[in-house]
Amino acid sequence: MAQNTPLLQTDKWVDNYADYLYNYAITRVNNNEVAKDLVQETFFAGIKSADNFKGKSSERTWLISILKRKIIDYYRKINSKKGQAEVRMNFYNDGDQEGTWIEERIPQPWSESANHNIENDELRAQLEECIDGLPEKYGIVFRMKTIQEFETEEICNELDITSSNLWVMIHRARTQLRKCMEDNWFNS
Amino acid sequence: MFGKFKLNCDEATTICNKNQYGEATIWEKMRLMVHFIHCKVCSLYTRQNNFLTTLYKGYSHQCKNIKHTLDQTQKEDLKSKLRNYKA
Repeated sequence: MAQNTPLLQTDKWVDNYADYLYNYAITRVNNNEVAKDLVQETFFAGIKSADNFKGKSSERTWLISILKRKIIDYYRKINSKKGQAEVRMNFYNDGDQEGTWIEERIPQPWSESANHNIENDELRAQLEECIDGLPEKYGIVFRMKTIQEFETEEICNELDITSSNLWVMIHRARTQLRKCMEDNWFNS
Repeated sequence: MFGKFKLNCDEATTICNKNQYGEATIWEKMRLMVHFIHCKVCSLYTRQNNFLTTLYKGYSHQCKNIKHTLDQTQKEDLKSKLRNYKA
C-alpha cells in the first residue's frame, strides 16, 4: 500500500474535500448512498495511487478526476445491466405503424383546474416522484441536462456517451414524465 | 427528398424534446412544423412539453441552490474507513 507522500495530506481529505466531492457526485447520480460510496471509492483509489500524484494540479482537482472516472464506471454498470427487465414504457408502435402513437398513450388535454405553479409543494413533490420513477440511466441524463443544466458536450464526456445517445434518453425520459404528470397531476 | 422530409411521431417528439433545450437544428425545426400541420397529437404534446419545461426550470432553480453535505457521523465513519484502508 502506498504511504502518505509529502504531497498529499490524506488525513485531511475528509474534512477538506468530502462535502465537495459528495455534492459533485449527488448532483449527477441523485442517490445519497451511491454518492457516499463513490466518494469513499474515490478516496480509496486516491490513497492507492498516491504515488501518481505529481502535485501539478491541486489535490481537489486530482480527486475530482478520480471521481469522474468512478461516475463513468457506475453509469456503465447500470447501463449494461442485462437481463434486468427494463421498466421503460413504450409510447410508439412498431412494424407497419412504426413511430405512430400507441392508442392508449396518446397525450390528452390537461384539466384547467390543476395547479400549475412550481412554488406549490405538492406539485414539486409530484414532479420529483415522476423523475424518481424513471429508469435510473434516463434519470441521470435527464437530471444532468434539465435540472443541473449541464452542456450536452459535458454530459457526453462525463458519462462517455454520444450526443445521439443522449437525445434518445432525454426523449424517453421526457415522454414518460409527461405521461406521469398527466396521470398523477394534471388529469388525476 | 420528400420521403426524407416526413417524420413519424416518434421522430417528431424526439426533435420537440431536443428543441426544449434550444438544440434542434433549423432543418429539424422545419420538418417538425410540417409534421404539426397534419398531426394534432404531436402539437398537443409540444404545447404540454413547453409548459413542462417552465416547470423543470423552476424546479432546477430551487435544486441548484441546495448544497448537499455529509453529516458529521458519516464523515467520522469515512475517516475511520480511510485509516483502516491505509493501515
